[in-house]
Amino acid sequence: MRLTGIALNNLQRRKGKTLFLVLGMLIGIATIVTLFTITKSMEEEVGNKFDQIGANMLVVPKSDDLALSYGGVSVSDTAVAAKQLSMTDMDKMRAIKNKENVSIIAPKLLGAVDAGGNKTLAIGVRFISELRMKKWWKIHTDARNPGQVLARPGTLVMQENDLLLGSEAAVRLNKKPGDTIKVAGQDYLVKGVLGSLGSEEDGAVIMDIGRLQTILGKPGAVSLFELSALCNTCPIEQIVAQISEKLPYARAVAVKEAVEARKLVVERFSAFALAISAVILLIGSMVVLLTMMSSVNERTREIGIFRAIGFRKSHVMQIIFTEALVVSFLGGVLGYILGTLAAKLTAPMIAQMDLVINWQAQIGAGSLGLALLVGVAASAFPAWQASRLDPAEALRFI
Amino acid sequence: MSLIDVQEVVKAYDGGDGLVTALGGVNLQVEEGEFLAMLGPSGSGKSTLLSIFGGINPPTSGRVLIDDIDVYQLSAEQRADFRSEYLGFVFQQFQLIPYLTAIENVMLPLAITDRSNREQREMAKGVLEKVGLGNKLDRLPNQLSGGEQERVAIARAIVNRPPILFADEPTGALDTKTGEEIMDLFKALNKEGQTIIMVTHNLEALKHVGRAIFIRDGLLEKTESFNEGVS
Repeated sequence: MRLTGIALNNLQRRKGKTLFLVLGMLIGIATIVTLFTITKSMEEEVGNKFDQIGANMLVVPKSDDLALSYGGVSVSDTAVAAKQLSMTDMDKMRAIKNKENVSIIAPKLLGAVDAGGNKTLAIGVRFISELRMKKWWKIHTDARNPGQVLARPGTLVMQENDLLLGSEAAVRLNKKPGDTIKVAGQDYLVKGVLGSLGSEEDGAVIMDIGRLQTILGKPGAVSLFELSALCNTCPIEQIVAQISEKLPYARAVAVKEAVEARKLVVERFSAFALAISAVILLIGSMVVLLTMMSSVNERTREIGIFRAIGFRKSHVMQIIFTEALVVSFLGGVLGYILGTLAAKLTAPMIAQMDLVINWQAQIGAGSLGLALLVGVAASAFPAWQASRLDPAEALRFI
Repeated sequence: MSLIDVQEVVKAYDGGDGLVTALGGVNLQVEEGEFLAMLGPSGSGKSTLLSIFGGINPPTSGRVLIDDIDVYQLSAEQRADFRSEYLGFVFQQFQLIPYLTAIENVMLPLAITDRSNREQREMAKGVLEKVGLGNKLDRLPNQLSGGEQERVAIARAIVNRPPILFADEPTGALDTKTGEEIMDLFKALNKEGQTIIMVTHNLEALKHVGRAIFIRDGLLEKTESFNEGVS
């Protein structure tokens, strides 16, 4: 038999006390794991939203003349800009230092065209990049079934003489998917109609940028670029600076999107979760401390016997610490399992988001480490107290 | 040279209304292989003297030499090692660890040695068989009778083969017949050469011992020697 055996036997045969200790630790760790897992998933979800939201940046020509605006950002009048942007600028942007972080570059040309006899805003885009970027666009492509939208806009194949109509433009021009429309004297197929976005696209004709350049007589011209960065940790400000350096005649602007507000909420929730976790940790430590102290008091005579038959102070401490470590290990592992399950169940309710909660080894290791740390820290005083017990006093020889 | 040499041992403690003298200058020598009984009324100081012999209760003044080692000159941890090597204790009321089985209780003093688990188990089994409990190795203390618990306590005290065995009122909680059996066991151990010092107020125990000292009010009142015990 070793000292570990004595500790294990005590825990095994005093099931009630052991269960209470494990439960105390388990509840604390489980609550922390639940809060932490939900917070982490919320942060990841916000990060994904950043990716999904599309553009984090706009690149527009440098000019003091503010004549057009897009997406709430003022765009200079291309006619008076010092230097117009062009399709070749895409290659320059692809050559910046953080080029791996830039996932999509979507060029746009804005202009007024005659569509179906009406003067209409035309937005020239590269559909392949635009549809990948605008994942939230609701595109109606079936006139017989107006309630149905494309699940993934990126899958829509657009030809040069296909176009999309904004929701208001479709009403004004009285067009639906499958109709043809004359733009600058040439027939185009209305491939789809966008759901209302509450932005400039609603009243616009969205067509191939090459076609619009030809119509407007501006070959290669671009009014602005929308850029999408790969992840939430991307150094947006650095990318902005690098683009400004490569395109000195352009102005790069980081776009603050609605997710910023959500990010703020998540940050506040994180702070709240951290505070709650700290309180729970403190309560958990107190439970372990008080239970271990009461255990030491109850076992005064027993510890006195250990000491009388030759156990050193360090041997007594080793027994107490072993008990604490075993309890903490069980509390940590079970707390992680229970906490993750609780997070899976409660996350949608707490976070008001569609979160995916996964089993994460990192959180498992963290919760185990935390449990062991709390267990050892909270047992330090009782162990020290036990080791200092006077065997003569414990056995009432005095 | 005596195995135990107690010189002018005084023990006083704070009793609330001033210093209380539990032992007032005790001198005593115990030879190797001796079976000594310490008798006296309750509160006479006999258990205090036993704990001072046992290296767990430092005297206010005086010296305790065991095998020529000045016990209270050792540090607390050295004294723990000394107790482990030299002394075996049979405490009042058996004092078994309730969550350990009979054999685990006996293995307790070996848990802090380098002996392997197997060796520990064999040694513990051997002494439990010697005290007549070879068939109750895995019983918990509450599954044993008083006499059986006392035997486990004795087995635990001798498993490490200590030169000296201390017993504090070993028959105090037992009926007469069981008490007699336990005393026979002590006698048998003593015949094998085990030095035993026993505190008791049971005069019946005298027939088993070689010498008895009588303590009253913290002082050695008288000493009686018996060649083969008193019949």
